[in-house]
Amino acid sequence: MEFTRRGAIAISAGFAAALMLPTRAARAAIDEQIAAFTGGAEVGSGGITLTTPEIAENGNTVPIEVDAPGAEEILVLASNNPTPEVATFRFGPLAGKQKAATRVRLAGTQDVIAIARMGDGSFVQAANEVKVTIGGCGG
Amino acid sequence: MAQDVKPRVRVPKTASAGGSVTIKTLISHRMESGQRKDSDGNLIPRSIINRFTVEFNGQNVIDVDLAPAISTNPYFEFEAIVPETGDMKFTWYDDDGSVYEDVQSITVA
Repeated sequence: MEFTRRGAIAISAGFAAALMLPTRAARAAIDEQIAAFTGGAEVGSGGITLTTPEIAENGNTVPIEVDAPGAEEILVLASNNPTPEVATFRFGPLAGKQKAATRVRLAGTQDVIAIARMGDGSFVQAANEVKVTIGGCGG
Repeated sequence: MAQDVKPRVRVPKTASAGGSVTIKTLISHRMESGQRKDSDGNLIPRSIINRFTVEFNGQNVIDVDLAPAISTNPYFEFEAIVPETGDMKFTWYDDDGSVYEDVQSITVA
């Protein structure tokens, strides 16, 4: 087989497309999850605090905390995990604060997104990037 | 994965009426994500706790849906209002149908 310039460009373009695919699929999955949660409503910002470490050495246990006073439900997503959903917190009448902390797995450096459905039916969102040194999904 | 599952809960013994208390819970569980492979390259099936609820005297405090992205030994910290003396009931639901429970009493002084 002879390598031509044209052939080489075609092959590298193919590789580039293949590399782009997973991120594009992940992005679509995220949008789908958000749409399913909000029902297509506008998502604002402010009124929700997402606390994450800037750098996580171990992606297997990354401490996160969400705090959204007045929220009824908070959805947490990890944008580049094999399955983006992380957790959904629903607060009952006896919740002291609309605040919860847990530990999550992150497959690599990515955005963690929290979306809260407030008592009045509006939605607010916060996103933080977490740099992960060692990914937490095995392989 | 029904064996070796041990819930641990930290709840204050007393509270002021209508006051808010911080609660920390931990349950030992592998939370197998369904993404990992064993040494032969076969996918290890998912086995996680998929739901966690807390009730105080039958009233809901928090209800959490867990995805495989929750770490091994799921940990939760949150706040609850204690209107009167009673029992705080913690329930974890496993993928395999097992249900793990823990109850702690809180006295309102």
